Amino acid sequence: MSKIIELKNVNKWFDKFQVLKDIDLEVAPQEKIVICGPSGSGKSTLIRCINRLEEHQKGNIIVDGTELSESTKNIEKIRAEVGMVFQQFNLFPHLSILENCSLAPIWVKKLPKKQAEEIAMNNLKRVQIDDQALKFPGQLSGGQQQRAAIARALCMEPKIMLFDEPTSALDPEMIKEVLDVMVDLAKGGMTMIVVTHEMGFAKEVADYMIFMDEGKIVERAKTKEFFENPKSDRTKLFLSQIL
Amino acid sequence: MVLIAKPSKNNIKTYVPIGLSLVSLSFLDVFLYAFFNLNLTAFLPSQLSYFLPLILGFIGFYLIRIEFSGISSLDILNKNINSSNFNALLTLFTIFIIIKSIPPMLDWFILDANFVGNSKEDCTGDGACWVFIKVWFNRFMYGLYPDAEQWRINTAFLILFATVGVSFFVSEKLKKYFILFLVFVFPFLGIKLISGGSFGLEYVESAAWGGLSLTFIISAFAILFCFPIGVILALGRRSSLPAIKYISIGFIELWRGVPLITVLFMSAVMFPMFLPDGTFIDKLIRVLIAITLFEAAYMAEVVRGGLQALPKGQYEAAKSLGMGYWRMNALIILPQALKLVIPGIANTLLALVKDTPLIFVVGLMELAGMIGLAKTNPKWLGMAMEGYVFAGLVFWVICYAMSRYSQNLEKKLSTER
Repeated sequence: MSKIIELKNVNKWFDKFQVLKDIDLEVAPQEKIVICGPSGSGKSTLIRCINRLEEHQKGNIIVDGTELSESTKNIEKIRAEVGMVFQQFNLFPHLSILENCSLAPIWVKKLPKKQAEEIAMNNLKRVQIDDQALKFPGQLSGGQQQRAAIARALCMEPKIMLFDEPTSALDPEMIKEVLDVMVDLAKGGMTMIVVTHEMGFAKEVADYMIFMDEGKIVERAKTKEFFENPKSDRTKLFLSQIL
Repeated sequence: MVLIAKPSKNNIKTYVPIGLSLVSLSFLDVFLYAFFNLNLTAFLPSQLSYFLPLILGFIGFYLIRIEFSGISSLDILNKNINSSNFNALLTLFTIFIIIKSIPPMLDWFILDANFVGNSKEDCTGDGACWVFIKVWFNRFMYGLYPDAEQWRINTAFLILFATVGVSFFVSEKLKKYFILFLVFVFPFLGIKLISGGSFGLEYVESAAWGGLSLTFIISAFAILFCFPIGVILALGRRSSLPAIKYISIGFIELWRGVPLITVLFMSAVMFPMFLPDGTFIDKLIRVLIAITLFEAAYMAEVVRGGLQALPKGQYEAAKSLGMGYWRMNALIILPQALKLVIPGIANTLLALVKDTPLIFVVGLMELAGMIGLAKTNPKWLGMAMEGYVFAGLVFWVICYAMSRYSQNLEKKLSTER
């Protein structure tokens, strides 16, 4: 099966501090991968490298056949194909939810306004907040905002979705509504890379689990095997602490 | 010994009427003395008579200072202006000063002022000589612009006000065209109308322009140009390209570090020396460029403040949707950053309007400049006060209007709630 994301020997430094060490990772289309690990282990940095919100200094990252390099054109092309959901939602507070969702399709994909709004409404329906379309982000609850952010990313009709701790900034009772949307998305066949501590979610949807520590991939295993029979001691320790 | 007891709810029925009458008495005494020169306490030694209202008011305020009195108006009064002995004193001082300053102001501005006549000799009263403003009014508005051609200035401003006025009532779609017209067409149309030289209009050189109309022309053009230049400089200063970044920093720091008056002087005196022989750029245009670049440097720093206040996540979200630099800034970053710094922008633009009188150093006379000229006219010596009070009022009206507009804009654009 051809790979949609390939990372070969990726290294990254913040000044002298090395955050990513020799990362190799391949993701096939429609695969769902959950990355976990202690804070500061480089998991956020890793997925932010995939759409070049962070620059890597060594190695190759190839997304959907395009290599990420200095070329601004390539970067923008890849970003339009890769949706990202942030921990802090990062909705645009000066625009309504509908405008948040239709803005990029109109200006980046050059769709007519009417069509873009139709797509936006469909995606808002999918995350069940189409009744909030005309409100501003500040008027929504955290869970609704995060679902709106997912809808906004989906409006670009991405091939890959990256989730950077999407539920970490939410109140406990709102986590479920966001996870439900993500499970639904996974079942729809989206390629997903998710950084999260929600192990229930991971067990339900992930094909592979990746455990990172100190900038390295310590373990990569099928989900069932990862939870039932982790190989490294570091993984065992981590799992014993969070499960 | 009722009177010695501390004011409280128990004796509220006695204390509040006594206290209120004492306070009223003190105000009445100051009022009568200030307005009618009537001294009720003249029989007392003069120093005591002078301080008596303060003492009476102070005791009165003390007596009515009853917490949780159950009378809501009294509670509000106590909370706001009578919360302690010190605050009671401050309240009394403030009110006395206001009462005492009204009569002389009223006298100078209106009661003893002179409105009728055509020359300084008609001003016989002690107050302001508004005849001065009346006689020179035309010059204060139009400078040395020929009387017969002044309809052109009037027409230009009429078109401006009419367009702005109508634009408030048209639909959103049409509004766009009105704004485009106001920003890209009208300024040049207006200037052509005022300067003339074609379409059968007589040419009026810019040295003859002046007065309030020149204040408006310079302010409007400087605001129009300094804003986009400031935004570009602000973006430039935060650019990741070193060349653009350091050019922007250099430009901003250079212009911010020089007083406007020297910039204006250089634009008028030194700049022409660097031009090749035979080239000539109108003095007004040179001044306009100087003010624009000067204020743009300030504007850039204000806008940069807004850019820096935005969370990094906004940039990342825009990028992650595939937006390039210009789209990200135009659609996501600037609309938010500019909204954040509306008070700062208003500040800079108000300062700009009030800086325009400095163009006198190059011989251009806007409103304050024309007043400066008129007060040195041998027939009108000694009119500086009237002139500058008038200028102050006009500038205040302009600036206050701008300030109100910026506040409305802020409210209108707010999406926080």
